[in-house]
Amino acid sequence: MGIRERLSGNEAAAIAMKQINPDVVAAFPITPSTEIPQYFSTFVSNGAVDTEFVAVESEHSAMSACVGAEAAGARAMTATSANGLSYMWEMIYIASSLRLPIVMSLVNRAVSGPLNIHNDHSDAMGVRDSGWIMLFSENNQEAYDNLIMAHRIAENKDVLLPLMVCQDGFITSHSIENIELIEDDKVKEFVGSYHPEHYLLNDKEPMAIGPLDVQPFLFEHKYQQAEAMRNAKKVILEVAKDFEKMTGRKYSFFEEYRMEDSEIAIVCMNSTAGTTKAVVDDLRNKGIKAGMVKIRMFRPFPAEELAEALGNLKAVAVMDKADSLNGAGGALFEDVASCMYVAKKQVPAVSYVYGIGGRDTTTKDIEEVFSYLQEVANTGNIDNPYRYVGLRK
Amino acid sequence: MKNLIEIRWHGRGGQGAKTASLLLADAAFNTGKFIQGFPEYGPERMGAPITAYNRISDEPIRIHSNIYEPDYVVVVDDTLLDSVDVTAGLKEDGAIVINTTKGKDEIESKLSNYKGAIYTIDARKVSMEALGKYFPNTPMLAAIVKVAGIMEEDQFLEDMKGSFAHKFAKKPEVIEGNMKALELALQEIKKIN
Repeated sequence: MGIRERLSGNEAAAIAMKQINPDVVAAFPITPSTEIPQYFSTFVSNGAVDTEFVAVESEHSAMSACVGAEAAGARAMTATSANGLSYMWEMIYIASSLRLPIVMSLVNRAVSGPLNIHNDHSDAMGVRDSGWIMLFSENNQEAYDNLIMAHRIAENKDVLLPLMVCQDGFITSHSIENIELIEDDKVKEFVGSYHPEHYLLNDKEPMAIGPLDVQPFLFEHKYQQAEAMRNAKKVILEVAKDFEKMTGRKYSFFEEYRMEDSEIAIVCMNSTAGTTKAVVDDLRNKGIKAGMVKIRMFRPFPAEELAEALGNLKAVAVMDKADSLNGAGGALFEDVASCMYVAKKQVPAVSYVYGIGGRDTTTKDIEEVFSYLQEVANTGNIDNPYRYVGLRK
Repeated sequence: MKNLIEIRWHGRGGQGAKTASLLLADAAFNTGKFIQGFPEYGPERMGAPITAYNRISDEPIRIHSNIYEPDYVVVVDDTLLDSVDVTAGLKEDGAIVINTTKGKDEIESKLSNYKGAIYTIDARKVSMEALGKYFPNTPMLAAIVKVAGIMEEDQFLEDMKGSFAHKFAKKPEVIEGNMKALELALQEIKKIN
């Protein structure tokens, strides 16, 4: 019935990787994810895993090594943050287009510049269109659970896409919290061994990987990637169902918190969801019908399901921990607004950019957002849909 | 103990306030509680003011922000009393625990806006006596455990023996001194107002 522990988010990610025991881990250290390869390399040194650990000289090489290892037929993992992910960018697209189910632990941090080592989601938002499955995690438990589920999703033959598990840098990566771990043997059985259908080291099936893909082909290959992303939705639910049988912990595309009869709601991701739940409870005690939707699966984007979940609200606020700097709201806001428009759900919606560069997000900030939503719900008027919270005046 | 207690640590880089907050989280975890222990990372330098936090609760902790209205404040270095507003937001039914040799009048004058309980301890004396070196975090850990009533003293000492055995696996010679620092600190911590 699980193992009661207390771990930081980085420790939780490293333990998940230890239990998964991948064939190859290639990584280059960068704050705040440095501890993950650091802890993992000690597991390699003391023989707790039999992984080939490749201490590369850059993140570009880390992702290249993962691409090479997966193409060869091995299970490969890595971890990074912010500019590390930026430096991987070229290979991120190669990994997904070669349909290599690499799994990454992304500890979210602001992309420079100016230089900032603290949390926001600008690194993840930079690769939102790169063809990676993206799962977000409220706390250390979810960062761990999402990694345990990752390979089953990514390696499914109807999917074959790389997958990243995001968590908030420092806020959860460096905070010690309670966690329930799964026994090693159960994880091993759940994750299973990796048997790719096509791989370079198969001498029965010589093949080339990554040749020129010209006008008659690239479009179809991109369509196949998009189809794989659509297929991933079903697989993500199937894996979640098996995971629930093993642990009792329920996962889906998103978590609906007190949404049954809610009139106003916040949509957000990662650690802010926990803070928002606490505020929702306070508001409910005061008779205010507030709710929250926490996006777990950001890619593929759960467009139809989300429009359905939000469709009956009187007002919704979408909170982005990265500003798209386009003058028209954050990336999550655009996705939410778009899916509601397509589904003909006319709910007044506002964008809130918050928490940039590690700006602390407090219950007071969340209360401020709900307070504005109440005003919008009452009057139906939005004076400015592109808003900020926690910004110094 | 209340259902949720929130603690803020003020120290200087290198004094071990972060480690102390993690050890406190460990100790409370061992009593079956839900815990959070996290530092506020800024520009990290030896001697620069740093802040660390603990939440300890009977129920799962969901809030992920810094602590602005703590029940308790621990000050690991009393020179911070002149430069940091250590009692900011501190609840008056809580307490502040300060490592200092200064007397009641001087401390009260530095905390003129604060009306709650003040506890002091000479952590340097305790540390020098127990360890022969100045590591204020171990005595301050014992002090806050006692002041906040986080757990029984005997159970705390027993748990810490296990934690130190783990933490100092590569230098077991310091375990005894650290245990002595905890025991002395439990005796030395005093309410001054």
